[in-house]
Amino acid sequence: MSLRRGILWFILGFALILYALPVYVMIINGFKDASSVSLATMWQLPGRASLGGFTEAWAMLSPNLRNSLVMVVPAALLSSIIGALNGYVFSKWRFRGSEVLFALLLFGFFIPYQAILLPLVRFLQWINVYGTLPGLVLTHVVYGISVTTLIFRNFYVNIPGSIIEAATVDGAGMIETFWRVMLPLSLPAFAVTLIFQFTNIWNDFLFGITVVPNPKAQPVTIALNNLSGSFSVDWNVVMAGAVIAALPTALVYIGLGKLFVRGLIAGAIKA
Amino acid sequence: MVNPHWLVRNKGLLILLPSLLLTAIFVYGFIGTSFLYSLTNWRTLAVDLSLRDPLWRTYTDMLAMPRFQADLRNTLVFTILFIGLAVGTGLGLAILLDRQLAGKGFFRSAFLFPYALSFIVTGVVWRWIFNPETGINLFFDILGINQVLESAGMNPLSPGWTTDPEVVLSVNQVLAHAWPGGATFQIEWGIPVALIPIAIAATWQLSGFVMAMYLGGLGGISKQVRDAARIDGAGEFRMYRSVIIPMLTPITISTAIILLHVSLKIFDLVFAMSGVGPGFATDVPAIFVFEMMFKAARYNLGAAASIVMLVASCLVIVPYLVHKFRSRET
Repeated sequence: MSLRRGILWFILGFALILYALPVYVMIINGFKDASSVSLATMWQLPGRASLGGFTEAWAMLSPNLRNSLVMVVPAALLSSIIGALNGYVFSKWRFRGSEVLFALLLFGFFIPYQAILLPLVRFLQWINVYGTLPGLVLTHVVYGISVTTLIFRNFYVNIPGSIIEAATVDGAGMIETFWRVMLPLSLPAFAVTLIFQFTNIWNDFLFGITVVPNPKAQPVTIALNNLSGSFSVDWNVVMAGAVIAALPTALVYIGLGKLFVRGLIAGAIKA
Repeated sequence: MVNPHWLVRNKGLLILLPSLLLTAIFVYGFIGTSFLYSLTNWRTLAVDLSLRDPLWRTYTDMLAMPRFQADLRNTLVFTILFIGLAVGTGLGLAILLDRQLAGKGFFRSAFLFPYALSFIVTGVVWRWIFNPETGINLFFDILGINQVLESAGMNPLSPGWTTDPEVVLSVNQVLAHAWPGGATFQIEWGIPVALIPIAIAATWQLSGFVMAMYLGGLGGISKQVRDAARIDGAGEFRMYRSVIIPMLTPITISTAIILLHVSLKIFDLVFAMSGVGPGFATDVPAIFVFEMMFKAARYNLGAAASIVMLVASCLVIVPYLVHKFRSRET
């Protein structure tokens, strides 16, 4: 038995090293200085840790980090609020045809966004928000509605209908019941949805690169990719930049891992 | 008198209305518009919405393009490699963690961690790990493998990874025999070697997700089932192979469909790791669409490719969703 445990630990430890390798490369090379970073020694620890790469990456990426933040906060909040209202109607105030409408809404979660890209860009140009952060926020809110509605609907389905009935007997209307009864119960669902949307929108690349062509207004994922493709930027700066761009979602994951996993399962429609 | 149901229906509809309108425009309207574009002569920066003659010309032209043929091949090969690797790895990890174990939560979090990162962040790193001048190839020297090979008179190992244009296990001969049209393919139908590193990187990123799905399923298998299998004399390996893994089939199907959906539209990771690759060895439809629409101004072509992507996704997702909805209602 102890031999089997030993083998188990060995395999798990080995897997852990393999899984950590890319993160290791990112971090140790980010801490090297420009003179000592070289592709030939990419696996070796820096002789002396240097913050030079991080300082330079921060100087280059901080405007884009700000863009990402300005985009992700309203987009995640708005899509979650809309999702909560929709989920409430779809779970507690069903009507004839509401299931069909739900399915039609949900479809938007599964399309490859390439199939809407060109009309989207033209539409955003037409309403004069193309190339701007508000345009990007609008895009993320609209294409986020389906998944946030799904998460809230699945959450509200498990709340007993008797609570709603009690409130309506007391004379509360549909909106009032939502406000007074459902919303206070919804904090866990909001946490899950906000984390899910935060991660998805922060990590987005396709909408960022197509809706915002101006490098100054682009989110950090696009700026990082430009940094990585540029020959004039030292490699330690690219790796430090990758760490910086990864940090917000990584911290959310480390701090709120349980909720993250729940969002993941909800997103995977484990109905 | 107002019918209360009518009122409820309308109030509910009123709340849903903004979302329904937005979805009608941004999802269905835009898909229709993209489809329309794919039928037009819009091939330059100047918008030209006159219809092509014959109507499907853009599609037939596209299917005759070696690049698009390579994209279809790459999607197929990548999907098989990636799903095989990710499901295998994820299931393996889940089984290893399916027991009383100190640090179980830590391992689970560590394996799932890559899923929280963006494909761009990880692509930027993987690009260098699979660079032939550095990365993995350095280990062949560090571990002494190349020294051994050289002293035995053999060539040192230095795979080209994403820069390797080779397509192995070509089946063109077979295709040409099986089907008269098979001889007209302008590309090698086989496994582009350059796709393997990308499948590995994608597996690294998503196998933790697969593991989380399986751990959820394993948690739902009761102790009685395991005890019964043990009483029947099954060893651990037999127990998993004959009892538990078959019980997890619904999870395997859900997971495979989600991964399939990821692989059909994969973009960022390939974009950051290798781009189109040598001889389009790592090109995928999503990159094709992006380049046609935003670099080459071949709008009808980009739109046509995006519709092909949509149809492929629907073929996978719609039956799955219909099944999900049906099984929930009964």
